[in-house]
Amino acid sequence: MAPPAQSQRSPSPSQPSGKGEVSDLKTQLRQLAGSRAPGTDDTKRELFKKVISYMTIGIDVSSVFSEMVMCSATSDIVLKKMCYLYVGNYAKHNPDLALLTINFLQRDCKDEDPMIRGLALRSLCSLGVANLVEYLVGPLGNGLKDGNSYVRTVAAVGVVKLYHLSASTCVDADFPALLKHLMLKDKDAQVVANCLTSLQEIWSLEASTSEEAARERESLLSKPLVYYFLNRMKEFSEWAQCIVLELVSKYVPMDSEEIFDMMNLLEDRLQHANGAVVLATIKVFLHITLSMTDVHQQVYERIKAPLLTLVSSGSPEQSYAVLSHLHLLVMRAPYIFSSDYKHFYCQYNEPFYVKKLKLEMLTAVANESNTYEIVTELCEYVANVDIPMARESIRAVGKIALQQYDVNAIVDRLLQFLEMEKEHVTAETLVLVKDLLRKYPQWSHDCIAVVGNISSKNVQEPKAKAALIWMLGEYAQDMQDSPYILESLVENWDEEDSAEVRLHLLTAVMKCFLRRSPETQKALGAALAAGVADFHQDVHDRALLYYRLLQYDVFVAERIVNPPKQAVSVFADTQSSEMKDRIFDEFNSLSVVYQKPSYMFTDKEHRGPFAFSEELGNLSIGTEPSDAEVSAQRVEANDKDLLLSTSEKEESQGYANNGSAYSAPSYNASTMPGASQGHFDLVSLDQPSTVHPPANFAIDDLLGLGMPATPGPAPSALLLNAKAAIDPSAFQQKWRQLPVSVSQELTIDPRGVATMTNPQALPQHMQGHSINCVASGGQAPNFKFFFVAQKAEEVSAYLVECIINSSSCKVQLKIKADDQTTSQAFSDLFQSALSTFGSG
Amino acid sequence: MISQFFVLSQRGDNIVFRDYRGDVQKGSAEIFFRKVKFWKEDGKEEAPPVFNLDGVNYFHVKVVGLLFVATTRTNLSPSLALELLQRIARVIKDYLGVLNEESLRKNFVLVYELLDEVIDFGYVQTTSTEVLKSYVFNEPIVVDAARLPTLGPAALFMQGNKRMPGTAVTKSVVANEPGGRKREEIFVDIIEKISVTFSSSGYVLTSEIDGTIQMKSYLTGNPEIRLALNDDLYIGRGSVPHYGYSGSSGAGAVILDDCNFHESVHMDNFDVDRTMSLVPPDGEFPVMNYRITQEFKPPFTVNTLIEEAGSLKAEVILKIRAEFPSSITANTILVEMPLPTYTTRVNFDLERGIVGQNADFKESQKKLEWSIKKIVGGSEHTLRAKLNFSQELHGNITKEAGPVSLTFTIPMYNPSRLQVKYLQIAKKTKTANPYRWVRYVTQANSYVARI
Repeated sequence: MAPPAQSQRSPSPSQPSGKGEVSDLKTQLRQLAGSRAPGTDDTKRELFKKVISYMTIGIDVSSVFSEMVMCSATSDIVLKKMCYLYVGNYAKHNPDLALLTINFLQRDCKDEDPMIRGLALRSLCSLGVANLVEYLVGPLGNGLKDGNSYVRTVAAVGVVKLYHLSASTCVDADFPALLKHLMLKDKDAQVVANCLTSLQEIWSLEASTSEEAARERESLLSKPLVYYFLNRMKEFSEWAQCIVLELVSKYVPMDSEEIFDMMNLLEDRLQHANGAVVLATIKVFLHITLSMTDVHQQVYERIKAPLLTLVSSGSPEQSYAVLSHLHLLVMRAPYIFSSDYKHFYCQYNEPFYVKKLKLEMLTAVANESNTYEIVTELCEYVANVDIPMARESIRAVGKIALQQYDVNAIVDRLLQFLEMEKEHVTAETLVLVKDLLRKYPQWSHDCIAVVGNISSKNVQEPKAKAALIWMLGEYAQDMQDSPYILESLVENWDEEDSAEVRLHLLTAVMKCFLRRSPETQKALGAALAAGVADFHQDVHDRALLYYRLLQYDVFVAERIVNPPKQAVSVFADTQSSEMKDRIFDEFNSLSVVYQKPSYMFTDKEHRGPFAFSEELGNLSIGTEPSDAEVSAQRVEANDKDLLLSTSEKEESQGYANNGSAYSAPSYNASTMPGASQGHFDLVSLDQPSTVHPPANFAIDDLLGLGMPATPGPAPSALLLNAKAAIDPSAFQQKWRQLPVSVSQELTIDPRGVATMTNPQALPQHMQGHSINCVASGGQAPNFKFFFVAQKAEEVSAYLVECIINSSSCKVQLKIKADDQTTSQAFSDLFQSALSTFGSG
Repeated sequence: MISQFFVLSQRGDNIVFRDYRGDVQKGSAEIFFRKVKFWKEDGKEEAPPVFNLDGVNYFHVKVVGLLFVATTRTNLSPSLALELLQRIARVIKDYLGVLNEESLRKNFVLVYELLDEVIDFGYVQTTSTEVLKSYVFNEPIVVDAARLPTLGPAALFMQGNKRMPGTAVTKSVVANEPGGRKREEIFVDIIEKISVTFSSSGYVLTSEIDGTIQMKSYLTGNPEIRLALNDDLYIGRGSVPHYGYSGSSGAGAVILDDCNFHESVHMDNFDVDRTMSLVPPDGEFPVMNYRITQEFKPPFTVNTLIEEAGSLKAEVILKIRAEFPSSITANTILVEMPLPTYTTRVNFDLERGIVGQNADFKESQKKLEWSIKKIVGGSEHTLRAKLNFSQELHGNITKEAGPVSLTFTIPMYNPSRLQVKYLQIAKKTKTANPYRWVRYVTQANSYVARI
């Protein structure tokens, strides 16, 4: 608990005044207990207030428990309430004393006044003492049947409190059935809502052990029940509406008519002033239209205005929550907000957390038509006095440049930043220029001219310094002074605290030497000597490696340290599409704010009533048959990926995927077959950071791209039913229920992609392999297909989601199967079918 | 579901602390406060309103300097939690009249009473002041509102120490007037927050109005109310009939980009005659929130000139012009402008004969502040400042200073021209007409002129 307030600034009762007071209170309370004198209640109120205020600030007042109970015999409802509050707080830790309260609580449960009945019942259920559950059953049963709706609302929640104390008592008393009855019949909407929440909690906890409970939980999603809730929607309070809408979002409508009916019914919820209701409604709209691509797009159009209103009408905290959701949506459909980019311009008085999200939005909505305006606006922020904001803005400009829009103008702008001569701006910009050069080597001339003018003395931040040094090494030919700058940096080796910078310095000097040996020889000698003597293991090892390489053969050294480079075409995406889909499934939850699926930040028991598919998903990873070794490894690698924080991952993936393009030679080695194989081993042992193999290695093997690795399992003879059919809604339902058993990324023959201008090309091709298309959609370059296939001899089905990027020829595959033991075999079959697409 | 709710003072003391589920450790308030206070080592970045620490999710909103916090272990909707926290603050304000640390401390038992009914076992039950009235028995201990700077919409209607008719805005919904009788009255406030960004050449780059029609009713017997807005009001930019454009210049239609409504509002006749009907619940609530990006005339234009004047000197001329009718007066205008970081001293040259204006150089933030108590519509004010630098200028001085930002309040003025044409109260008794207050106010949200 927080420390007691020190100051005596206000004479309020919640200021503590010492430990001795508690015993004083005890005496005073005892004197009052039996008193019937007029004015007693007022005195009691003051004393009770003191007790509660001590409780609030964390002083232990459990010692006055029996006195409080004795004083509770009163008709004053304010006193009663204070007493209930006190008892609720301490009963759990004083179960013996709690027994004292049972009597008066039970009596109050039979009071004439429904308010007292409700209050007493709530307190009785909140005692939290397992030994006393027997006393709860009677009053709870009566409460559920009480004529007054307030008492019933309290009782409905009381049942789940009892369940947590003793699940068996609750189930044996048949309370879940009673709740269900009330939920369907009660006139009071709040009673209905409380029954629903209690049942959801009880059944999802019971579901692990009881099939019946699992069925009951499922039945909440049945059509009659969902319609029952929908029809009563307007009766519910705004908060109960959120609960019902969350339930409805899990419902899978049978046909398009149903979908439209639901949307028409809920349309006006989008204009609710409560943002939680609006977001819950949007979730329903997005989820029920998933199978109807064009309607889904219309939904995006429809929800745009309400979302933007929520961003600007609420407190900054609420804007933050809504903006996080906008960001998720914009990642899925970048075009929807591309003409509304001005809404994401930052206002000078907004908190940083809102500004940061807005910058992310601006980078996400940037496209050919608006990049100029957006970058112009961002440049204004760069000059801002607010340093974190300036940094974020520079990064945003860089991100947009890497998205390939209007690079020309952006490079100019970035170079202007360098001329501003503000240290933080220069540092941040250098890092970006380095990344840009990796992607657009053609700009090296312009950039180098400006970068060459920067004095390395003005660059202190390790990341920026490393970037500058990398450029000095990489473009040693074009930068007149490169060897001399490097030399002066080597001279100050001992003052350089960052190992990262020293590593880069070694490599840069090496590169420079290989191009301009006479000028660099001295610096190289000094650098290697300093490096070998370095206390940092990695620096030491790298220096030694270089030294031995040079001794062995300068040409080999050249090939390893300075191989010809290819421009990086795509920087590794920070998140797999699998993860993004999971986050989308959890729309309107914390997952969206944290940009992580819930299993990464919640314990199992707190995952909510409908999170079952994830649990199954995790289970299936564990029980993967051992012969599918390759895929199991891959899953593991992915999981490791997931565990890395985003920034870490960005880096390690950036390195891994662009191995040959950039950075320290050790990374280069890791993707170079043949000659460097020996060094690869050496380096990878020394460099723990390269141990994670790129996740798609295993996939490359599967495609037979000639990587030496353990061969995958031979595809078993899996025969498919050529006439497999499933209607889209059944597909959707199945898709939700089944866990992903195979998820892969692969590449597709560009000739196949070329034929995709005809949308039927791929479905027809796959049909030739007994794999039928259920739904398809998307716009260039992203296409999405859902396929289904069935085993020839039984009704076991395979569901496939296949996302094809026609510009990169990358395919993301997700397979779900009734029979998971054969999913790998099916995956092989599917891939072999796909690999012939366009070649025949 | 919510595990705990608590309110912390600025110093981190618990003012109220309520545990609903018992699945989050008791020390969470302290853990939370420490995390928020030291979010980033430099203390410059504010903690986001939602974060996760060791499996516990913390939500918080800041209201009048107090931290309203909820915790949960479940994957709750952040909008729901944050909206709830705001609502709890509003309900408490409805009951106490004034929401601040003192009133909370004095009334913490009442607050506990409210919290008991608002949330049960982590599930939200109700946040309606109206509904809660029947469950709450403590009488609020009213703190002296006049002594305290009020915050929120009420503050907008203050003119210096003289308050506009809105004393009632700090009145509890349950406490009785000293005379024992309640005054029948209803307040409808049209509050517009405007954001404008001017380019360095004075053009409007972006502009937006975020408006709210806020209602606070002290009527007994819950009569129905009809609220009529402009005839030429349209919702959605696509909904405007095209012929409407050509005829009137300047006085065109009021086009809302989008809006949303309080639960109690009925829109049955809205399409026909732009009226809304509702039975206002007790307490303060927004009848309607709206958003306008249609162009409007900015109430102030700003002209900034910054010029080098010798090697270690520069001159700044700031000119602001009030572009609204002279019958209207803006209050508490504050003009701020960041100056080059190497500025050491600033000499101001204020216009003579104007009371209540003041200019200052905030050395620690390297910022110029110019405050003016009142500006009458149509008038223009100028500030000249001479800057002294500790080092030679390098590059363009306009890149080292600015932008200029303004904050102000303009009562009885709203740039959108949205109007409440009439406010009708369905009469139930023959007693005197209730007081009806319809007030307009405009406030700067982000009003920035680049240089």
